[in-house]
Order: sequence, then C-alpha cells, then structure tokens
Amino acid sequence: MRRLVLLVLITAAGLLLYGIAELPDRAAPDAPPNTEESAAGTPNAANYYVENAYEDTETPNMVTATLADYRGYDTLGETTVIFAAGIACLLILRRSRE
Amino acid sequence: MREYYDDRIVALSARLVTPFIQLFALYVVFHGHYSPGGGFQGGAMLAASFLLIRLSIGTEAAQMQFRRSWGTPGSSIGTLVYLGTGLIVVFLGVNFLDYAGLPLGLPEPELRNTGILLVELGVAVAVAATLTAIYDDLVGERPATHHAGLEDEATPTEEADQVAGPDEAGGAPDA
Repeated sequence: MRRLVLLVLITAAGLLLYGIAELPDRAAPDAPPNTEESAAGTPNAANYYVENAYEDTETPNMVTATLADYRGYDTLGETTVIFAAGIACLLILRRSRE
Repeated sequence: MREYYDDRIVALSARLVTPFIQLFALYVVFHGHYSPGGGFQGGAMLAASFLLIRLSIGTEAAQMQFRRSWGTPGSSIGTLVYLGTGLIVVFLGVNFLDYAGLPLGLPEPELRNTGILLVELGVAVAVAATLTAIYDDLVGERPATHHAGLEDEATPTEEADQVAGPDEAGGAPDA
C-alpha cells in the first residue's frame, strides 16, 4: 500500500513537472493570456480590464476594479461563503439557552 | 483553559494599541481604491482589534467594545449591503451589480467608484463581524470571574452581572 502511494505521488509529480516545462515565459507577449484573442477566437477579457479599468471606474487600483466591479458576482459569492461560515459556527457551537 | 491572561500591562497595552489598529483597518478599507487592500483585509484587521481586546481583558469586559450579540446581525447586514447594492440597480432597469445604475446623479465612472466603495464597506462589516462571532462561538459563554485593570473598586461578581445583563433579555430575576 505504501509503495503504491509513493508510486502514485511520484507519477503525479512527474506529470506536473512535465507540464511546467511547456509553460510560456512570464509575461511573454505571445502567451495565450496576453494575446488579443483567446484560443477560442473570442476577445480576451484580461486585456480589456487592463486597458479600460481606469476609464470605466476611475479606480487606479486595477485589482480592486476587477474584484468589485467586473467580477463583482464572484466577490458576492465570497462574502456569502464568509457569512455561511459564521452561520455554521453559530448553529454547531452556540449552545441554546434553556 | 484560561480565557485571557490577567495582567494590567497586557490590558493597558492592548487598549492603547487597539485604536491605531482600527484606524489602520479603516485606512485599508477606504484606500483600497488606490493601494493594495479592501474589504476583506480591512475587515480582518478590524476583527483582529476586537479579538485583541477579547484576549487581553476577557470577553465579558470586551462587551463594552463589541457585543457578542452584534456578531451575527453584523455579518448579515454586511452581506445585505453588498446584495442590496446589486439589487437596487436591478429595480432601476440595469443588470445585477452594474453600479452605473445607482441613483446618485454622478457621471458613470464615479458611480462605479462609489459602488465599489459601498461593496467593500459591506464586505468589511461582514468579515469583521463574522470573525468576531466565530471566536465568540468557539469560546462560548461562561460567567466572568473578574476584570483586569478596568474598575478596581466594584466587587467582581456584581460587575460581571452588570456586563452580562443586557445580553440575557429577562434572565434571572434576582434583584
């Protein structure tokens, strides 16, 4: 069993390292995230954010503009997760008063 | 388990540091438009200031700063501020969470700026209240024995009753 686990782990690590070797360089201009069009032929959203974030929102911090405006739905979900964690702790841990 | 370390120096230095932590937390929230930061980080720092007081002088005495009963309503209100900002614009005829439809009479980029600020404030309130509520739930409620460095003359049991009093909503009629 132990040898099997070791074998699976080594295989997974080898696959990951093989995948890393094929990655483009950091900030390479021809890497898929940095091109005008994605592989599916649609316009790349990240470029739009980088180019238009300040004009759209007057917010110099591009990360904040993306987090709370362009991707506001995602951040709403994150807040709901925090809220759900609080409610779960309330339900499990808080003892009801007799 | 001891809930807090009963020491005058710890209590005083925590009380001294807490306002500055809270001020910096508000700075992180409101300056999130210009620098790294925002609702999650600022809310966590705000919760850290509440937890510092709870850890240094005890949960019962910390009720003067942030009540145990405020935790769950606070996290609900924060989430509802976010959801409300998104829903108001739906009733005014634009898409969900499209801040350009906020009824404030500003040009569109500034409306989006304001919408981001509202949303971050909601996140900050929700995170701060939720983290404090989780700590309170983990510690649980127990009768306080004494306080460090607050009011020295009051007898410990009487003051514990007073602090815990408004929380109990018609508890033991011992008066």
